[in-house]
Amino acid sequence: MPPPPAGSPVIVADRLAAAYGNRLIWQDASFTVAAGEFVAVLGPNGSGKSTLLRLLLGLLVPAAGSLQVLGKRPHAGNADIGYVPQRRNIDRDVPVRGRDFVHLGIDGSRWGVAVGNTASNNQRVDEAITTVEALAYADRPIGRLSGGEQQRLLLAQALAGRPRMLLLDEPLASLDLRNQVVIAELVAELARASHLTVLLIAHDINPLLPIVDRVLYVAHGGVAIGKPAEVITTEQLSRLYSAPIEVLHDSHGHMFVVGLEAESAHHDA
Amino acid sequence: MPDLSLTAAPYFGWDVVRDLQELFRYPFMQHAFEAGTIVALSAGVIGYFVVLRGLSFAAHALSHIGFAGATGAVVLGATPIVGLLVFTMSAGAVMGALGQRLRGRDVTIGLVMAWSLGLGLLFTYLYQGSAQLAIGILFGQIFGITSQDVAVTFVAGSVTVLLVVAVYRPLLFATLDEEVAEAKGVPVRSLSIAFMVILAVAVSEAVQVVGVLLIFALIVAPAAIAERFTTRPSRGVVLAAILAVLFTWAGLTVAYYIPYPVGFFITSFAFGAYLLARLLSHGLGRRTGQTAAANAA
Repeated sequence: MPPPPAGSPVIVADRLAAAYGNRLIWQDASFTVAAGEFVAVLGPNGSGKSTLLRLLLGLLVPAAGSLQVLGKRPHAGNADIGYVPQRRNIDRDVPVRGRDFVHLGIDGSRWGVAVGNTASNNQRVDEAITTVEALAYADRPIGRLSGGEQQRLLLAQALAGRPRMLLLDEPLASLDLRNQVVIAELVAELARASHLTVLLIAHDINPLLPIVDRVLYVAHGGVAIGKPAEVITTEQLSRLYSAPIEVLHDSHGHMFVVGLEAESAHHDA
Repeated sequence: MPDLSLTAAPYFGWDVVRDLQELFRYPFMQHAFEAGTIVALSAGVIGYFVVLRGLSFAAHALSHIGFAGATGAVVLGATPIVGLLVFTMSAGAVMGALGQRLRGRDVTIGLVMAWSLGLGLLFTYLYQGSAQLAIGILFGQIFGITSQDVAVTFVAGSVTVLLVVAVYRPLLFATLDEEVAEAKGVPVRSLSIAFMVILAVAVSEAVQVVGVLLIFALIVAPAAIAERFTTRPSRGVVLAAILAVLFTWAGLTVAYYIPYPVGFFITSFAFGAYLLARLLSHGLGRRTGQTAAANAA
């Protein structure tokens, strides 16, 4: 299937609502995401960011409204979507190579054992691992790798399936600042090269500010989307997070958000 | 040494052909090897996933639940294997439905296990037969296996191995990365139930060889050793199966020549191999660690 032309909508939400049972998470969300866009998904903990991804993946049915993903109703097993869920570090004792993790991204949902076209699949695994620059440690047990190394391999797993859209749930959490920037830039680069649409959930906007096209906020039972310059203002953020947050501008015109780290740290504790 | 004693008791010499002829002279030994091999194969294959999924204790408990089933069946006049299968498969289905929530439930699992043993004790008492029945179920009775048992074991063993092969990739996916697997359309919950039911069948078979109490030796030990030597799942599965078969063969062979219980020998080989594996892989780990450090420098 050829990719849709740039700019055509790949996610269309119309008065969408999400709920777990009777508990409404958010409602009345109407937004579109265009092909090739890099969207950061922000919002306080428990506001329903991961819930949005679950809707897009077809793991949760909308409570109201309509949702179209890549021109179809969301359904589990959509090969066009690469997904990296939020996680704590992988158990140290998992005795499986990173490479085998990545391989599951290609044929992990097929029944039986791998027969035939193993060579071409192995090549695809190699490509994905090379793309995320993880060749040096792809043959080591994944549990023994650092958080940043694991994150790269999980990204490779999502890429190995040759998706058109990447849904990444807090891929920068538990990484040090340098690795946050490195991974964020890597994702942006991949997205540009393969014309991928990316939705990336994050706590800290700062490493993403130079990269994102738009920012999607999930807060106070609703969803808002806009360009960083429109949304990332002291007034908007403080209102969305119900906490004092300041947006600073340096002499180069770079933005920096202060107060969110404390906000997330407070919630995580 | 007079020739008479040589024919009276089997002895082990350097003539391999003669030794093998001696080993397989009696049908009970042939049956033991046939059933033991099939049981070990399926135990090793499924054991790899048991260890990977962190279900060692659940597997152990499953066999104990089987004890209540086996003794209960005898009280009702049925063969032990029927009760064993009914109890372990039902318990397995419940455990599978609980899925990830089973982790860290050691107290609950342990209590169900203890109660099952108690129930088995009651059934043994009610049966009035003899303690021999209970001992057989608890520690295995591989030398008492009939050709009919071998046939049943062959069918059950083949089915478990084939089922694991049939669900291999999604099972591995769901085991290593449940959330992504689910998003990719893998029926994670059904697989979890299916896996525990397959495990229940494998456990019930293995009870014939090593009994309820020694199940760890055939299901967990080979996989735990295999995981120390390979980080490739496909090799891990094969290595675990090979090790399980080797422990069984070695145990049966030694038990033929030395009149001590076969369960003792199989568990001894499993335990010895595990110790050796820990020592060896520790040494390997240190060596590769040093090379990595040298490369980094």
